[in-house]
Amino acid sequence: MLEVSGLSKRFGGLQAVRDVALKVPPGSITALIGPNGAGKTTTFAMIAGFIRPDSGRVVLDGHDIAGRRPDQIAEAGMVRTFQITQPFAGLTVLENIRLGAFLRSADTSAATAAARAVGLRLGLGPFLDRPAAALTVAGRKRLEVARALATAPRMLLLDEVMAGLNPTEIQEIVAMIRAIRDGGVTVLLIEHIMQAVAALADDVYVLAEGALIAHGPPRAIAHDDRVIEAYLGRGAAAKLGAHA
Amino acid sequence: MKAPLIVVGLVLALGPFALTSQSLVNFAMLTVVSAFLGQCWNIAGGFGGLTSFGHTIFFGTGAYTAAILQTRWGLNPWLALPAALVTGSLVGAAIGAAAFRAGLRGSYFALVTLAFAEVFRVLSNSLDFTRGGLGINIPLGMGAGNFQFADRRSTYAVALAFLVLATAAAAWLKRARFGARLAALRENEDAAAALGVNLVRTKTIALALSGGLTALGGVLYAQTYLYVDPAISFGVERSVEMLLVAMIGGAGTVWGPILGAIVLHIIADVSRSWIDTPGFAPMLYGVVLLVIIGLLPRGIIGIWERWRA
Ligand SMILES: Nc1ncnc2c1ncn2[C@@H]1O[C@H](COP(=O)(O)OP(=O)(O)OP(=O)(O)O)[C@@H](O)[C@H]1O
Ligand SMILES: [Mg+2]
Repeated sequence: MLEVSGLSKRFGGLQAVRDVALKVPPGSITALIGPNGAGKTTTFAMIAGFIRPDSGRVVLDGHDIAGRRPDQIAEAGMVRTFQITQPFAGLTVLENIRLGAFLRSADTSAATAAARAVGLRLGLGPFLDRPAAALTVAGRKRLEVARALATAPRMLLLDEVMAGLNPTEIQEIVAMIRAIRDGGVTVLLIEHIMQAVAALADDVYVLAEGALIAHGPPRAIAHDDRVIEAYLGRGAAAKLGAHA
Repeated sequence: MKAPLIVVGLVLALGPFALTSQSLVNFAMLTVVSAFLGQCWNIAGGFGGLTSFGHTIFFGTGAYTAAILQTRWGLNPWLALPAALVTGSLVGAAIGAAAFRAGLRGSYFALVTLAFAEVFRVLSNSLDFTRGGLGINIPLGMGAGNFQFADRRSTYAVALAFLVLATAAAAWLKRARFGARLAALRENEDAAAALGVNLVRTKTIALALSGGLTALGGVLYAQTYLYVDPAISFGVERSVEMLLVAMIGGAGTVWGPILGAIVLHIIADVSRSWIDTPGFAPMLYGVVLLVIIGLLPRGIIGIWERWRA
């Protein structure tokens, strides 16, 4: 579905992303994890056309889309959400979602009906006619997903849609993402919450200081020494090993 | 909208046809023209957040289109309406394509439109084609076939038709996908792009639409006063009035500019009867603008919405 290779980006003196390669098979849930500042969001932004990579290829369904604009990439069926939620604050929740639905339908009543259905499915029913600015953090995260989903994407890029949610909300959103995948949407997600990654992902890529350091199924990744050290610091793996 | 409002609207709109006082009809005509121009600004500035400070560019383009078409090429002035629709949209599309491709927005876009208006003023002031600072006189030839009306009520009728047209465009924006995309860009460009909205194309079309409609106002001006010159066409005061009318009433709403024009013209008329100093009107506009920005960011319609909520 999605194949990224040799992706790099430098911000001034900082090599934010270095030679990243990843493969997302159709119908899978793939996770991209890594400590703060590892370059995950930057990688997403390059894949989705928001940041021009210094080098590298982004191939969606066999077409190299690196250098295309975000709206062209959305049109092609790949849509991202934002880690820092970006609601259309002055519009209602329904209008927010409907903008996504308008990508596939020019008809206002059809788009409204589609948006309402997505909103209800994601538990935003009671808020549909409220201004998006009035939503809580959890609500805004759901709205990000709802808007993206309303575009009827074939591939979703979810950037930390669980951050700031309580355990119940996380359980709900995990179930939601699984349902989205079961509906035929391929998912690449960035996440810090390891239980969620373990519960969802078929495959995990680990990024640290801009470079990939590990790749494999969640179970293997959780015990990978390089990953533990990247998260917890040098020597942590040995200490943890002593406890086990 | 509720029935009583429709009745009030119809009475206000059709009342002037029954008036015999030319000064009252004139007041109504100026108010409706102002509402129309405000509505045109609103289509780009209100719905799309393209806060132009130089919208008179399009007005002047329309006025010169009418004047040049008749005096140079001897065409019937009614043809100036479709012609101005075209020239106004083209100028809008050109400025839009340049500004939005360069990523200009907010106050940068405002400054660029202001600068463009000044460029147009200087050009029309120096080019032979526009007869420079002399301006263009349109030869007198009263008659409906010649788009020159002795009775102000006829002018009023044309202005009212324009206002209905522009308001229909605004109502369409409120409903249609294009308007939703425009509003989304106004609220958050990155989010809109992520959901498939083409920023440059959407904004450019909006400015072209607004520009084409605004140019109709210029044609009506030329046919009413039979004279256009650089200051009338491209002076900053009209740009300010256009955005003021929309902002007083409520930018980005369908009825805001109409409400705004009525209020602004009543304020201006009343204050003129008290203080008749030249330069007072622009100063008054400045004060009104500050009050609106400070106290009523959503205009008069905003008060109504808050009261209803
Ligand atoms: N536009 C930018 N200009 C300069 N530096 C940037 C820019 N965007 C990100 N960075 C830097 O690049 C590095 C990677 O940032 P990025 O947001 O991709 O990390 P992340 O893995 O998403 O982190 P987090 O888990 O905190 O979201 C960070 O050091 C960040 O400060
Ligand atoms: Mg991030």
